[in-house]
Amino acid sequence: MNDATSVTTPGTQRPVAAKSGSSSGFPRKGRHGLARARRTRRWAIYLPLGLYLLFTLVPFYWMLLFAFRKTGSTSLVPWPGTLEHFATVWNGAGFAVFFKNSVIIAVLTLVLTTLFALLGGYAIARFTFRGKAAFLVMMLCTQFVPGAMMLIPLFDVFRATGLINSLWSIVVADTVFHLPLSLILMAGFIRNIPIELEEASWIDGYGRLRGFMAIGLPLLKPGIVAISSFAFIASWNNFLFALMFLNSQDQFTVPVGLSYMLGEYSVDFGALAAGGVVAVVPVVLVFAFVQKFLVQGLAAGAVKG
Amino acid sequence: MTALEAGAPPAGMSAPRGQRRRRRDRWTPYALIAPTVLVMGVFLIYPIGNVVYFSLYHYNVTKPWANGFAGLDNYRQMFADPLFWNSLVFTSKWVVVEVVLQLIFGLVLAIVINESFVGRALARALVFSPWAVSGVLTTTIWLLIYNPTTGFGRYLADFGIGSYGTSPLIASNSAFWAAVLAELWRGVPFFAILILADLQSISGDLYESAEVDGAGRIRKFWSITLPHLRNAIILSTLLRAVWEFNNVDLLYTLTGGGPGHSTMTLPLYVARMAVDAKEFGYGSALTMSAFVILAVFSITYLWLSRVGQEDKP
Repeated sequence: MNDATSVTTPGTQRPVAAKSGSSSGFPRKGRHGLARARRTRRWAIYLPLGLYLLFTLVPFYWMLLFAFRKTGSTSLVPWPGTLEHFATVWNGAGFAVFFKNSVIIAVLTLVLTTLFALLGGYAIARFTFRGKAAFLVMMLCTQFVPGAMMLIPLFDVFRATGLINSLWSIVVADTVFHLPLSLILMAGFIRNIPIELEEASWIDGYGRLRGFMAIGLPLLKPGIVAISSFAFIASWNNFLFALMFLNSQDQFTVPVGLSYMLGEYSVDFGALAAGGVVAVVPVVLVFAFVQKFLVQGLAAGAVKG
Repeated sequence: MTALEAGAPPAGMSAPRGQRRRRRDRWTPYALIAPTVLVMGVFLIYPIGNVVYFSLYHYNVTKPWANGFAGLDNYRQMFADPLFWNSLVFTSKWVVVEVVLQLIFGLVLAIVINESFVGRALARALVFSPWAVSGVLTTTIWLLIYNPTTGFGRYLADFGIGSYGTSPLIASNSAFWAAVLAELWRGVPFFAILILADLQSISGDLYESAEVDGAGRIRKFWSITLPHLRNAIILSTLLRAVWEFNNVDLLYTLTGGGPGHSTMTLPLYVARMAVDAKEFGYGSALTMSAFVILAVFSITYLWLSRVGQEDKP
């Protein structure tokens, strides 16, 4: 796989890429002599890392290249660039509307998921009650239910409730799908806040709600940011539900718009690439914001084997 | 009471025992989980129950005159459907190849980016970035690479590799590997993230004492790192296998199950039945089979991994 990327990399890469066809990617065994060991160590890091970065970044670059390059150009750098492809997708292909729909769906999903996860997570973390174990088992089981399997029965429910072809159908479906994991993660974050802090506020005459709002919520900020960002990204990326439950073009989301461009008989590749850039920008912004939590949050014990 | 709470294990039943602050506290947790139970009940549990019901009916939205009770007709049709059996074979191939390759690359990558080096934070962010990319966008990106007019094929042909005007998506074997590569690009970060999180919880003391005993890098990997990662690897492979089984977006848009149904997974078949054919009855029967397969797989996998653990000293 790495061979493929290094061979096909457009010109400008460092010699590492050419030399490394047979690298196994594993850290080499330590040799005698400190300086030498350190040198091999550095190679053992930068070589596989460099190759992998090529594999990760070249596809992104390829999309940017076509999005900004003038039609008919064969240059490998998009310079001098053009914004004509963006004008085409944004106005001509209707991405202005798709983008707006996607934002509405993702933000509403984020709000609902985070709110329900906070309420339920607090119940799980701070109370014992009958049916708690059953509730948790139900939450875990739903993690195994595939989205594709829900297309048919959900279509029926949405038709009966009049939500079909409404953005709300996607909000509801996305929320239902992200809520279980969000709730379990949120319970973990809440449990990590010592209850003594809240109890101290009760002594001061605060109620449970006021105590939590004053003491717990500020401490919970990193967890809330992480969980709501995951909900946003997952909802932004959802394709199948939007494809199935929305059928008029003014309701389409960005992934559905992209899929229709992909299916066209003669694809305008510049516009397609520009559409891809439009789809990736919000996700990249949110991701840059949360990627630190990704590892920290998991390491903190939220998902422990 | 507070001491009890603080010392309680984080798993499950840790809420304060002696808490009798107010009578109404007894009802508070139920009020808190009520919204969740309500939406999950109406939009997940009830629809799942409906699948069983639909699978016993002829049900096509576009042909309402032919709808009616079907008994086990849909299941009979399924067992006689060669596409169903082919999709099962392809689904297993797809899941196994993806999970194994993603695990290997993700493990190596996690070990590499767990070392300390200059530019580590940036390298991590870049390496993880495809994790956040959707299936449709992955298709968009890789289609630009595979397409004969915009892709790498033209440049490869300049070097005498392959020929002009071809795409790996045309032939079934190369289409499979083309899809595998695109999915790998998006999937490796998941393993890298989970394994890295677990790597960071290994105490450095273990490695130091192993070094004192004269253990080399490879030895340390096999005796310390891998056993420690055992649970994380079991969990992440299980989650990923289920995820790749369910993964429809990429194949739906990249190959559409083709060429000639050669890359049709079972969930993709279900999705095409639902979205394109609107055959809800037959689609529900296919859905039932997917539920059964997922349940059997998950239980078997967890059971096997538990047996493996008991064998270990």
